Amino acid sequence: MTIDATPRNIAPLTGRRRLLAGLGALPLVGAAGATAMPARAAEPARTQARIVIAGGGAAGLTAASRLAALLDGAHITVIDGRKAHYYQPGFTLIAAGVKPQGYVISSTSEYIPKGVELIAEKVAEIDPEGKAVVTDSGKRLAYDFLILATGLELNYGAIEGMDTTRIGTNGLGSIYHSPQAAAATWQALNQFADTGGVGLFGRPLGEMKCAGAPLKYTFISDDHLRRRGNRGKAELMYMAQSKSLFGVPIVAEKVRMLFQDRGVKVHHEHVLQSIDPDRRIAIYKTPAGTLEQGYDFINVVPPMRAPEVVRNSPLPWTEGPWAADGWAEVDRQTLRHKRYPEVFAVGDIAGVPKGKTAASVKWQVPVAVSHLVGDITGKPSADMYNGYTSCPLITRLGRAMLIEFDYQDNLVMSFPGVIAPLEELWISWVMKTMALKPTYISMLRGRA
Amino acid sequence: MKELDPMVFLAVFQEMLGPMLWVMLLVAVLGLLAFVALLVRERGLVSRRLVQSELLGLLGGVVALVVMARVSSSGFTDAGGPADWFLILLVYGVGAVATTILAYTVLGWWRPRRGLAAGT
Repeated sequence: MTIDATPRNIAPLTGRRRLLAGLGALPLVGAAGATAMPARAAEPARTQARIVIAGGGAAGLTAASRLAALLDGAHITVIDGRKAHYYQPGFTLIAAGVKPQGYVISSTSEYIPKGVELIAEKVAEIDPEGKAVVTDSGKRLAYDFLILATGLELNYGAIEGMDTTRIGTNGLGSIYHSPQAAAATWQALNQFADTGGVGLFGRPLGEMKCAGAPLKYTFISDDHLRRRGNRGKAELMYMAQSKSLFGVPIVAEKVRMLFQDRGVKVHHEHVLQSIDPDRRIAIYKTPAGTLEQGYDFINVVPPMRAPEVVRNSPLPWTEGPWAADGWAEVDRQTLRHKRYPEVFAVGDIAGVPKGKTAASVKWQVPVAVSHLVGDITGKPSADMYNGYTSCPLITRLGRAMLIEFDYQDNLVMSFPGVIAPLEELWISWVMKTMALKPTYISMLRGRA
Repeated sequence: MKELDPMVFLAVFQEMLGPMLWVMLLVAVLGLLAFVALLVRERGLVSRRLVQSELLGLLGGVVALVVMARVSSSGFTDAGGPADWFLILLVYGVGAVATTILAYTVLGWWRPRRGLAAGT
């Protein structure tokens, strides 16, 4: 399948306008196009359509805000059993000791726009044939359109011996699990930075959210050790799941150079199979067989897959690289389901290549919403998502590389001539620590 | 709306600063108005006061950088490229100019030029 890197509505912005567009929304939004400007249509379209949004995370809430602004009279329902909302891009900063645990926690209900109903229950069943969603209390909600925004499932169970209740103890870290686990991971890293020893990092096979995060955390750990004068007492190893360090070749090469500079040893095609938290031993599957590696600190990144409710539905890919883990079978440019045209999947659950990040959400949701609204108004949308995503890849405390790319592995630049994509800069760190969260929250409210 | 929207800037800064955004904007607008009013009243700049204010401005730039470093959890060895130096100069410049204008205005209204006070 060929991909048009610059679909009609995402004509490359030029010169000053492109720079300004980037500045307005910062790296979360970047310069991939102008479609993500606020959904403030001249006149909301009148409709009685029933729209169900399965999942109230970043993608679900952003979709709710945009739909509420674009439609008048629609019955929009968000279903999510979790009351707390987590600003997930902040997890790494908690685990780095930079931000407190509360930095990422707010509540789902505060972002629900006026006129949108929130059902605080889990989605128990999705029936795209019958066009209905069933909640865990047995409530059946019929829909005309479904936005699938369930997020993903952290499959800790796939790592034998892994016990999430022990995160933070005995050198066991795992950032992704929760804000609490991110804070506990910082406790473990904090101790490791004092004592030194063997530090293990890496990532799982398959699609994962923010593939840059495991790399970031390696750099952060290295910097904490250096700042305390203990780098010489530590050996850091990065266990890459494949032959590459990152999905975008030019970025992978840059990370390889940085790891070499920082003295991080890289082992390719090492996948964490099991762990013994008592004896501090991690067991990896490698091309040469299994490898036992002792550690003093480890950041466990679990395999990720679609939540059970999606895997048990007809919505996942039935073949290809995204079938096994149950990612939704959507068109990569419109986010519309390939077999159920009234279903759109956005955010982590979308079975598309590359980023499962807040930046992906920022650019996917407006496209999916415009197609949904086009179906209602009878004026089909030409909006396309080109795979844009971004990652301020922290390379030490106080510096980051602003990495933005698309489906074709092209580097995209929000700030051409100002911020070089593969340069370690303070300004990118400033964006990550100061501007990203306000931009994200504005996105949830449909204002950015 | 498929063009640059100033509302995006507003939304992001509102989320970043909360009610402080309006307080800061109010201080900036009132400060500028008072500064212009002072210039009109005194028919020009008072060089002695300007120099004093500029000295304070030099300090103000430093304070701006310290505040910036604190809110962004940064140290003073983090600058890594031209964009960083540009941002540092920008932050310092904004802090210095804002402090200078504010100091000049406050001093001017607090202790007006002697000539004016004497009615000449």
